[in-house]
Amino acid sequence: MTSEPVIPDFGQGSDCVREDRFFCWDWTQQHWDDTFQPALVEHIELTLIAVSIGFVISFALALLAYRVRRFDAPIGALSGFLYTIPSLALFQLLVPVTGLTVTTVEVALVSYTMLVLFRNILEGLRAAPPDVREAARAMGLSPRQSFLRVELPLALPAILAGLRIATVMTISLATVGAFVVPEGLGAPIFSGLREFFQTKFVVAGALAVALALVADALLVLVGRALTPWAHARRPA
Amino acid sequence: MTAETFRPGVFVDAVRFVGDNPHLILDKTLEHLQLSLIAIVISLVIALPVGVILGHLHRGSFLAINLGNVGRALPSLAVIAFGLAIFGIGHANVIFALVVLAVPPIVTNAYVAVDGVEPDAVEAARGMGMSPAQMLQRVEIPLALPLIFAGIRTASLYVVATATLAGIVGGGGLGDIIVNQASYRLAGVVGAALCVSGLAFLVDALLAAAQRAVTPPGLRGRVPSFEPDSVTRAAG
Amino acid sequence: MKMVNRLVELDEGDVLLDDRSVRTLDETQLRRSVGYVIQQVGLFPHMTVGDNVAVVPRLLQWPKARIAGRVDELLQLMGLEPAEFRDRYPSQLSGGQRQRVGIARALAGDPGVLLMDEPFGALDPITRTRLQGEFLRLQDAVRKTVLFVTHDIDEAVRVGDRIAILREGGELVQYDTPNAILSHPADDFVAQLVGADRGLKLLALHRVDEVELEPVSLAGEDDPRVDASATLRDALSLMLTEAATHCVVTNGTRPLGTLSLDRIAELLAPR
Repeated sequence: MTSEPVIPDFGQGSDCVREDRFFCWDWTQQHWDDTFQPALVEHIELTLIAVSIGFVISFALALLAYRVRRFDAPIGALSGFLYTIPSLALFQLLVPVTGLTVTTVEVALVSYTMLVLFRNILEGLRAAPPDVREAARAMGLSPRQSFLRVELPLALPAILAGLRIATVMTISLATVGAFVVPEGLGAPIFSGLREFFQTKFVVAGALAVALALVADALLVLVGRALTPWAHARRPA
Repeated sequence: MTAETFRPGVFVDAVRFVGDNPHLILDKTLEHLQLSLIAIVISLVIALPVGVILGHLHRGSFLAINLGNVGRALPSLAVIAFGLAIFGIGHANVIFALVVLAVPPIVTNAYVAVDGVEPDAVEAARGMGMSPAQMLQRVEIPLALPLIFAGIRTASLYVVATATLAGIVGGGGLGDIIVNQASYRLAGVVGAALCVSGLAFLVDALLAAAQRAVTPPGLRGRVPSFEPDSVTRAAG
Repeated sequence: MKMVNRLVELDEGDVLLDDRSVRTLDETQLRRSVGYVIQQVGLFPHMTVGDNVAVVPRLLQWPKARIAGRVDELLQLMGLEPAEFRDRYPSQLSGGQRQRVGIARALAGDPGVLLMDEPFGALDPITRTRLQGEFLRLQDAVRKTVLFVTHDIDEAVRVGDRIAILREGGELVQYDTPNAILSHPADDFVAQLVGADRGLKLLALHRVDEVELEPVSLAGEDDPRVDASATLRDALSLMLTEAATHCVVTNGTRPLGTLSLDRIAELLAPR
């Protein structure tokens, strides 16, 4: 994102910009390539990285908790507490540790995704009904086969639900992350607020909302495709 | 923003900060609480009737459920920014944004709760000659309370945490401290964040007590302790 | 029963399968060679009916064509039109249909032994009776060794070639054919289990044409007619409701002989 000043535009800017109306189409078009598009792309990157890493770590931890019962309670309590710490504060708290870099934002985002994903993956793994497990065992599926062919597929609905929540949550949190590091759609929002220039933060905000809704819808479709049995209708 | 070096002692400093600035903290905390409570009350007034009535009529499930999904996806910072664009600086814009964010989970949970009340109980009530209003009052709502309250508690946690963002748009509350690391140092930021956390616990405890008080004795069973379900998002 | 496929481990004693102790066999291999059907069925919800039935053959690594053929064959055998049911999911089936798939699935690997743990217990009485009948027909076609656990003495009598009666605590009290158990219960426990109407149950086990009949001439004009395939119990019931002492056994329209109340009583009297 360039640091080209906006306010000097006032001399040459359109009426819309000078009066700071809600939404200036001309300004948006003019600055799409240097302001909004890069921010959108950065934001998508931030989200994908955070959710992927968070998913991998959460899956590993959930697998561990699935096999060894004792992990569950302490992690539950910890996540309860972490939820209430305002992300604004968490981002700032991490800066001395990981610096004023994207890493800081990513670390915080990954932590938040793990709070959701760990619980959902674990619940998913536990979702297989006892009679199905018994049947799997009785039919001669080895433990590994039972896990891969029965328990894991049956965990998919919960896992996908968690992914969906984690993704939209991350998109939202990533906008706040721009408070410490000007990356992603949060950057034009914050700078727009600072400069009292509505169009900037309104458009960036709208993009963030659109991104979240599209991501949510996409994940719903992916979920439907991967779990056909959950939507099977009883034939007439 | 300058980065302070990280010392684990920052948490101790944070507590000291709170102790050293009681008036500031109290002022901001009360303001924060006020913002949150107003938003929660308004949300309840809007959302509960809609959710409960739709659930009772067993209609509008598409609307009710997708409202929850869409609401969950909205990036909170974007909504706060929109609030500013519409209402200008002050409390109104924050309250507007918080209401927009809180209404969906309350509606969805209330709908699912009332819609999902044991059909047998509802049928028995109708068979006994209860009017719809009586059914709602004596059967459906009491049975739906746990889930309704779960939605209210989720939404309230979210409101308290998100109210922090008010500081970005000059809306007051503990967020004022959290966005102002320059004046209050990291210790102040963390201190205020811990206060937000504490406030969240407090509000949840109050709601838990309210839930216990309102739930009929026969259903009291277990009032879940503070534990965000996987639907809760972290502070935006 | 679970000790046979080692879902439960043996503390003492042994279970021999084809003269080999199950303890010496690899657990997983053992289970693939023994069919297992439970009350709640346990169909895999995320797999189609066809995939469910194909589980064991796939584990045994049969060629694809053979598996497909086997799936259709078994669905057909269980009265489920393959083209219609192969791609359905368990959630789209009724309780009776699910259990039929469960049995098909247990038979898929062509096991020598079939273990059935109260397989029809969760079904309504009409479906249960129907499936019992289908099971009997299945046995005629397939001839497997079946270990069938049930709490229902009527079901046991109907379905079993031999019945093992276990007292609470697992003690074996009697192991014999249904006929023998009904006519000579080993002790009071068994007698109570089979019920005070065991005489009638015994009659239900035999068809009227299995018995030596008296000449047709002994029967009167008004005496009821009963088909040769009916059970003695049905004949008894008929005579009592019609207030007759004799009935004529027919095969279609052709009279075969006469059956009297006295004759039936004689059959039941201790020999």
